[in-house]
Amino acid sequence: MRRQLCLLAGLLACMLPAGAAMAEDFHIAIKDHRFTPTRLEVPAGVKFRLMVSNQDDTAEEFESTELDREKLVAPGKEIPVFLGPLDAGEYKFFGDFHQDTAQGVLVAK
Amino acid sequence: MLASLIVVFREVLEAGLIVGIVLAATAGVPQRGLWVSGGLIAGVLGASLLAAFAGALSSALEGVGQEVFTAAILMVAVVMLSWHVVWMGRHGRELATQARSLGRSVRVGERSLLALAAVVAIAVLREGSEVVLFLYGIAASAHEGPMAMLAGGGLGVALAAFVSYLLYRGLLVIPARHLFTATNALITLLAAGMAGQAAATLASADLVSSWGDHLWNTSRFLSENSIVGRALHALVGYSDRPSGVQVAAYGTTLVLLTALSWLTGTGHERKPAGQETASRASAR
Repeated sequence: MRRQLCLLAGLLACMLPAGAAMAEDFHIAIKDHRFTPTRLEVPAGVKFRLMVSNQDDTAEEFESTELDREKLVAPGKEIPVFLGPLDAGEYKFFGDFHQDTAQGVLVAK
Repeated sequence: MLASLIVVFREVLEAGLIVGIVLAATAGVPQRGLWVSGGLIAGVLGASLLAAFAGALSSALEGVGQEVFTAAILMVAVVMLSWHVVWMGRHGRELATQARSLGRSVRVGERSLLALAAVVAIAVLREGSEVVLFLYGIAASAHEGPMAMLAGGGLGVALAAFVSYLLYRGLLVIPARHLFTATNALITLLAAGMAGQAAATLASADLVSSWGDHLWNTSRFLSENSIVGRALHALVGYSDRPSGVQVAAYGTTLVLLTALSWLTGTGHERKPAGQETASRASAR
């Protein structure tokens, strides 16, 4: 029984996120259904938080197929999107609710 | 109008396909319509409530409230689906071979219906809150009038309901004898997909380790964002770039549920019918 518990604890410990160093936060804002900046340089190979703040009166969904993220940003709120470690390259993102205007790209270097 | 149509169609389809499977899985069970509609109504009410509190939820738990909430309701749905699979393993054959209105089966069946109604509610809740927020945004902007939004939204719902209905009718073509096996397999895959999504959601909030971000990339072959990709995502948990922990949760759920339904199913087969009734009665 104790052995099983140890195994279980070990398995759960594996599930915890690796304590890789988190780089500083990066920020983008949504205003008038557009991102500022539309092009943001981020470091490759490290974990970081992309803080997305929505300054509009309506909700937006921060979405990126390439980054595999989809997260609602309520009006007037700022939410963290956990990213990385990314390979160097360009990653497009968009506001799912206003795709005609809300487009941007992350450049990992 | 086109924007409303597309977004509404996409989200409603994901929930609708799940409702289609649930309806096929409960074909012939009395009063299932009541339970499924109850689940739908609860889901719509929940979605509106969730949309109203989206701001509070997204700020909760240091900004990962959304992910924790999504993962939690997905895990509840997985438990409910598992319960149904196990119950079907025990009773599916009786339901298929004997008259479907057996009093005992109906009573136990109601519990399984409750579980499936909860799954319907959760599916609608998840996709619905996005629809509500999106349409609210459209309505609030002068860009697109409320009439165009309503027309687009209504069309989107109707189209998605139609496709879901086609899936349901398609499943019913399967002979009753095999229908339970087929829907049980579909529900097992649905549960595995949801377990995978729950794990992926937690990994995306950095709450569990991702065990590798992209085990494979099939986005060029079939993008998760295409309509087919989305439908498969909702039905069997298709992911074009799955993380390791997602695949692990998917596989574990698939193996566990298959084993469980096999075990309960064969146990049922071995015992003569009378004996089984007696043992179940004494167990109660």
